[in-house]
Amino acid sequence: MSSDSPAVWADGLTKRFASFTAVDHLNLRIEKGEVVGFIGPNGAGKSTTIRMLCGLLRPSEGRASVAGFDVGRQPEEVREHIGYMSQKFSLYGDLTVHENLRFFAGIYRVPHRDLSERMRFAISMAGLEGREDALVRTLAGGWKQRLALGCAILHRPPILFLDEPTSGVEPEARRRFWDLIHELAAGGVAILVSTHYMEEAEYCNRIALINGGRLVAMGTPSELRQRSLGGDLFEIDCVPLGAALKALGTAQGVVEAAIFGDKLHAVLGEGGLSAEELPRFLAEREIRVGSVRPAKPSLEDVFVRLVSTTPETRAAS
Amino acid sequence: MFERLSVMLMKEFLELRRDRWAMFRLIVPMIIQMLVFGYAATFTVHHVTTAVLDLDQSQASRSLISHFAATSRFNIVNVATNQKEINRDIDRDKAVIAIVIHAGFSRDLENGKSAQLQVIVDGTNSNTALIALGYIAQIVANFSAEQAANRVFPSRSSPATPAVGISLQMRPWFNEGLDERWFFIPGVIGTLTLMQVVSLTAFAIVREREVGTLEQILVSPIRPVEFILGKTVPFFLIGLGDIALVSFVGIFWFHVPFIGDPWVMLVGSALFLLAVVGMGLLMSTFSRTQQQAFALNFFFLNPFFILSGFAFPIAAMPKVLQWFTMINPLRYFLVIIRAVFLKGVGFAVLWPELGALALLAVIMLTISVLRFRKSLD
Repeated sequence: MSSDSPAVWADGLTKRFASFTAVDHLNLRIEKGEVVGFIGPNGAGKSTTIRMLCGLLRPSEGRASVAGFDVGRQPEEVREHIGYMSQKFSLYGDLTVHENLRFFAGIYRVPHRDLSERMRFAISMAGLEGREDALVRTLAGGWKQRLALGCAILHRPPILFLDEPTSGVEPEARRRFWDLIHELAAGGVAILVSTHYMEEAEYCNRIALINGGRLVAMGTPSELRQRSLGGDLFEIDCVPLGAALKALGTAQGVVEAAIFGDKLHAVLGEGGLSAEELPRFLAEREIRVGSVRPAKPSLEDVFVRLVSTTPETRAAS
Repeated sequence: MFERLSVMLMKEFLELRRDRWAMFRLIVPMIIQMLVFGYAATFTVHHVTTAVLDLDQSQASRSLISHFAATSRFNIVNVATNQKEINRDIDRDKAVIAIVIHAGFSRDLENGKSAQLQVIVDGTNSNTALIALGYIAQIVANFSAEQAANRVFPSRSSPATPAVGISLQMRPWFNEGLDERWFFIPGVIGTLTLMQVVSLTAFAIVREREVGTLEQILVSPIRPVEFILGKTVPFFLIGLGDIALVSFVGIFWFHVPFIGDPWVMLVGSALFLLAVVGMGLLMSTFSRTQQQAFALNFFFLNPFFILSGFAFPIAAMPKVLQWFTMINPLRYFLVIIRAVFLKGVGFAVLWPELGALALLAVIMLTISVLRFRKSLD
């Protein structure tokens, strides 16, 4: 892998199962040290994409390269360079923490001289010091999940694929897990993590929205917000609301305005009314303005908007 | 290769050791089934319920009946007084056999005519009926020989015509007493091993698929061969242990002779187990869930058992089924194990069966590895 090539890229990646297209001409690019969130409803094609990138599934069409290796033609090389963890926390329940780590270290042929240090690191990362000899099936979900991550990174892969790693885990453990993800990314690991928890999308450097097998949008969370609304969202505390709404509806640069509870929400686009000019604009029309504050639409709203405005969203998802 | 294989084997060993019931499950059912088969699997017919109707009431008729009473093959449950009673006994399962001696039986004998004896058999269980009829024919033959001798010698009425007969001296080889247990027990060893090892192998892999650990291993750089060897070597060894265990039960408990070369037995068992493990593996590549594996198991094992020559002679089967037996590893192993136990023959005689097993093992394992690769999709 040369230093400037992306860790992962996909070009027109497609997977068909019989007549069903699970992934439809997907393009993707992930740089080193980047955490990319893969967001979309169940059945959107997240897992299928990840499985293709891991070399578990052969692409029907298109190409993808992971760590500089072609996933279709060099799956063995790809597997040497990736760590993979899925929602199922695939560890051996009847083996101890230590035995599971030893097993995966052996499968990945971790050099003997590094073995004890790597295993110690994984154990401390999972917070399992002192419980090395506990059977894995006796561990709670959060620990199992961190141990699975520990097993997946024993061989120091430059790229990590995490397929809904946090599903079914309590919020506190989920937060700890994301801390680990960011630590790994800070060390230069490229991470593609799929989730259907919208709030987790905020933790990602970039988000890839996927629906019906197609990439709907990709960008940083704030980019996606702006793109979905066509401007920035502001919350205006003013009376009377009806007059204000009417006034904003005709103002230049206002993309959208709506009553939201006892306040007004307005999206301001480029080249028109700015947030600073708003109070004066409204005051001139005899509307009393309490405050104007920037508001953040939830990513869920963003997702719904982006999906509904994308022409080729199919019912298949 | 060796490192990955050794951690795979270590893992299997640890899982087996953690499973408290593993040893129990691997050993106890085998021994119990061996005992059940050993005692129950027999075609010998004993104590057949018999009703008798003697309408002749002569010395000869009583003598004939006493022949039936004297053997443990028949159990006279009713001495009837009329035909109705006989019919009722057969209808109500009170008797399987009815012997009716009609009036005039002794008179015909005296006059040197052929005397008639009526035998009614409940043919519902055709096997028992057939065997019982065989015994009856024997008893009647003995009786008529006696009658003939009595008539010829004591009276010396016609010394010029002594009874001429061919006397048959039977001496079966390899199993002089024709002890059916000697035939069945080696077969049971093969059959039990087939059932145990096929399902163990299939289930072990499907379980990993179901739990998700299979996927976790498949995204690692491990090669299919390494994984498959890691998964099958333990069951191969368990299979060898099973064969040794039930063989000991057969030899020391049921006193079936083992006169062959243990090495021939070992080579035969190893080839058989390779084919059987291959079968289990192949089954696992067709099953996503343990339920599917169970259904497949159920579907295949019985035909493999029936079409093995365990009890039903292959030569008597329709041609199509005979062809099917060609891909049945149990068929070849039964020939080998019976030959090694009872005949003591070696490689010089058994090479076709050994070769067939080797070929089957290669084919099944190859298809499994290829299918395993494909099953990732």
